[in-house]
Amino acid sequence: MPLIRVEGGKARIATDSFVAVADDAALPEGAVTVSLARFQKERDQLLARNTPIGVKLQSSENPELLGDDVNRLSLVVLEFPKFRDGRAFSWARMLRTRLGFTGEIRAVGDFLYDQVNYQRRVGFSAWEVREHFTVEMFERAFHEMTNVYQPSTDGRKTIRELRAER
Amino acid sequence: MLNSTAVQPNMYRYDEFDRKFVGERVEQFAYQVERRLKGELTEDQFKPLRLMNGLYLQLHAYMLRIAVPYGTLSSRQVRKLAHIARTYDKNFGHFTTRTNMQFNWIRLIDVPAIQRELASVEMHCIQTSGNCVRNTTADQFAGATDEEIEDPRPLAEIIRQWSSLHPEFVFLARKFKIAVGACKKDRAAMQWHDMAVQVVKNQEGRTGYLVMAGGGMGRTPYIAHVMKEFVEREDILAYLEAVLRVYNQDSRRDNIHKQRIKILINTIGPEEMRRRVEREFQELKKMGTLTLPKAELDRIAAYFAPPAFETGLPDTIPDAGPDFANWVKTNVNRHKAPGYAIATITLKTPGQVPGDATAEQMEAIADIMDEFSVGEVRVTHEQNLVLPHVRKKDLPAIHARLKALDFAAPNAGLITDIIACPGLDYCDLANARSIPIAQKIAKRFENLDRQHEIGELKIKISGCINACGHHHAGHIGILGVDKKGVEFYQLLLGGSGAEDSAIGTIMGPGFGEHEIADAVERVVGLYLKERKDGERFLDTYRRIGMEPFKNVAYQEQLYAAYTG
Repeated sequence: MPLIRVEGGKARIATDSFVAVADDAALPEGAVTVSLARFQKERDQLLARNTPIGVKLQSSENPELLGDDVNRLSLVVLEFPKFRDGRAFSWARMLRTRLGFTGEIRAVGDFLYDQVNYQRRVGFSAWEVREHFTVEMFERAFHEMTNVYQPSTDGRKTIRELRAER
Repeated sequence: MLNSTAVQPNMYRYDEFDRKFVGERVEQFAYQVERRLKGELTEDQFKPLRLMNGLYLQLHAYMLRIAVPYGTLSSRQVRKLAHIARTYDKNFGHFTTRTNMQFNWIRLIDVPAIQRELASVEMHCIQTSGNCVRNTTADQFAGATDEEIEDPRPLAEIIRQWSSLHPEFVFLARKFKIAVGACKKDRAAMQWHDMAVQVVKNQEGRTGYLVMAGGGMGRTPYIAHVMKEFVEREDILAYLEAVLRVYNQDSRRDNIHKQRIKILINTIGPEEMRRRVEREFQELKKMGTLTLPKAELDRIAAYFAPPAFETGLPDTIPDAGPDFANWVKTNVNRHKAPGYAIATITLKTPGQVPGDATAEQMEAIADIMDEFSVGEVRVTHEQNLVLPHVRKKDLPAIHARLKALDFAAPNAGLITDIIACPGLDYCDLANARSIPIAQKIAKRFENLDRQHEIGELKIKISGCINACGHHHAGHIGILGVDKKGVEFYQLLLGGSGAEDSAIGTIMGPGFGEHEIADAVERVVGLYLKERKDGERFLDTYRRIGMEPFKNVAYQEQLYAAYTG
C-alpha cells in the first residue's frame, strides 16, 4: 500500500522500509512491524536485533502497554478499524506528550480524507493509503482550515495566542 | 416595524479569526457535499461529516440543525432564521431541547448556501449532531437573574471555541453534551448532561467551577456524578479536556447503546473515573497549554457585559386586565435590576406544535426584541423563548404584541407547557407520534383556571426510548412505544430536570393513543385530591408514591377487565 509521510511540513510519497510480519511468520531481515502481543512475547529477541522495530496497536490497545520500551521503537502503527473509532486520536496524542515518542506514528485502516488533518494535529506523521489518496489531497486537507482553537501536539499557535499577539 | 434598526445586544461578536474559521468550515462542507453529489463519498462515509455540520436525514427529507450557542440570539439572527425558513423550508422552524433551531424540509443542494447565509450573521451548524461535543447550553436567565454568582455564558463561549473541531474529540464513541449554570436553581437540566459546569464559590470565597459528568437520558437514564467540587478558573479547560480524554480512550465501542460517558462512569464507578480524570488533569495542568489566562476570561466576559439599565424606572408591574395578570403570574420572573423583569414567551399555546415558530412569528419576535429587550432573546431547553431584559412598565405592551402572535399563553411551567420531541411525524428513529399527544393533552387542560389550580407540573413526551423529549425528567413523562405496529404510551411519574433532578418511574403497561390523555387527567385528579398545602405534583408524588396514582390511572382498564 502506498505510504504518504509528512516531512519538513510537506506531504510526500515515501518508501516503506518496514515489513509487517504476522504473529506466526518468521522474522525477515531488516525493519519489521509486529503486533503488541508478539512484541510483548518476543521483546528481548526483537530489541537485540538492532534493526528498526515497529509495533502495531489495535484501537483498543493503550500505548502505555508498551511501557518504557516505547522509545526503543522507530514506528508505532495505530489502526483505525472503522473511521468512526476515534480512540487512536488520543493514543497518538499520548505518544507525543506523556510518552515523549519521537518516531513515526502511522495511520492504517479505514480513515477518511476528512480526518487526515486531525490526525496530523494529534501527532500522526505517516499514512498507509488506498490508491485514491494523493499527495495533493493531503496538502488540501492540511490547508482547509487556517487556524485552530485548541492546542495539540503539533505546537501550532492557537487562535487565542494569535489574538494576544495582535 | 423597526426592521431597519436592529439593536445589537451585548453578546459574543466574531472577530476576524472566528469569521475566517466559520467561513472556511462552510467551504469545507461545501466540498464534502460536492463530493457526495458526485458519488465520490458513499452515504456511509458522508454521514458523520454531514452530521458534524448539522445535517440529518429524516423520515421525509434532510433536516438542518443550527447551533444557538448557550441559547442566545440577536434580533438580526432571528430575522435570518425567519428568512431561511421562508426561502429554504416550509416557512417555519423548530426550537429544540438543545436550544438549537432545526429546519425539517431542507434540500441537500441548498445547504452550503444556507450555511453561508448563517455565517453572515455569525451563526453556524458546527457540531450540532454527530459523535462530538455538541452545542453548550446555559441557564436561560443568565445575566439577568439575581440568583447567579456570575453570567455563565462567557465560560460557555470559551467551551464553544475549545470544542470546535477539537482534533482529539471529533470521533468520540457517542455524542457529548455540556451545560453551564451559575446558581443553585437549575433551569438547564444540568444533572442530565454528559458533563455540566456550575459556577461556585469555595470556602475562601473564590469563584471557580464544580464539574459533574455522566448524566444522560436515552434507554439507560442516569443522574450525573460530581467529578470535582472545585476547579480553579484557569484550570477549567484542562479539567474538561481530561474528562473527554478518559472518555475517548476508555469508552466501549462495541455496542452503540453502551457508549455514552454515563455507561463508562457507572461501569467503572465514579471513584475510579475521578482517579483516571485526575491523572490526566494533573498532567495537563503541568503542561500548561490549556491554562486559561484571566485576561482571556475577562476579554470574553466583556462581550456579555450587562446592558446599560435605565435607573429611576417604576419598579411595579402596571395593571392591564386579568389576561395580563395571569401571564405575569407564570411568565414573568424577577430581574436583578430594579424596574426590569424577565419575560418568558411560551411556544406552547394549546394546540400548537411545541417549539415551532413561523417566519412571520420570528420576525415579529425580532421586532419585540428590538423595541423592548435590547435586541436579545434566549432559547430554553423547554422549547420556549425568553426576553431577558424588559422594563416592567413595558410588560403590558409586550403582552399585547405576543397575544397578536398567539404566543401569549400564560402557561410557563404549567401542565400545558409540554416538551415534546418531533416524534414519528418527522423522525425515523421514533416509534410513536409525540406532537399530537402533546397537542391533545394541552387541549384537554386548556382551561386556564384549572392550569393555575394545578400549578407547576412538567409533562415531557418522547416518541422513542432515545428520550429527546426528556420523558425521564418529566414530573409526568410519556414514552411512545410500538407494540405490533400500534402506538402505545407509557406513563412515568416523579422525574425532574431541575436542581432536585430525579429519574421518573415507569407506571406499568402502556396506554393507547386514545387513553393517554384520560390517564393523565386521572393522575392529576388524584394529585388535586391528595395534595397538602403548597405541594407541587412532584412533592405529592414523592410523599405518597406510585401506588395510588397507578390505581386511578388504570381504572378504566380494570373496570373493563372485571366486566369482561
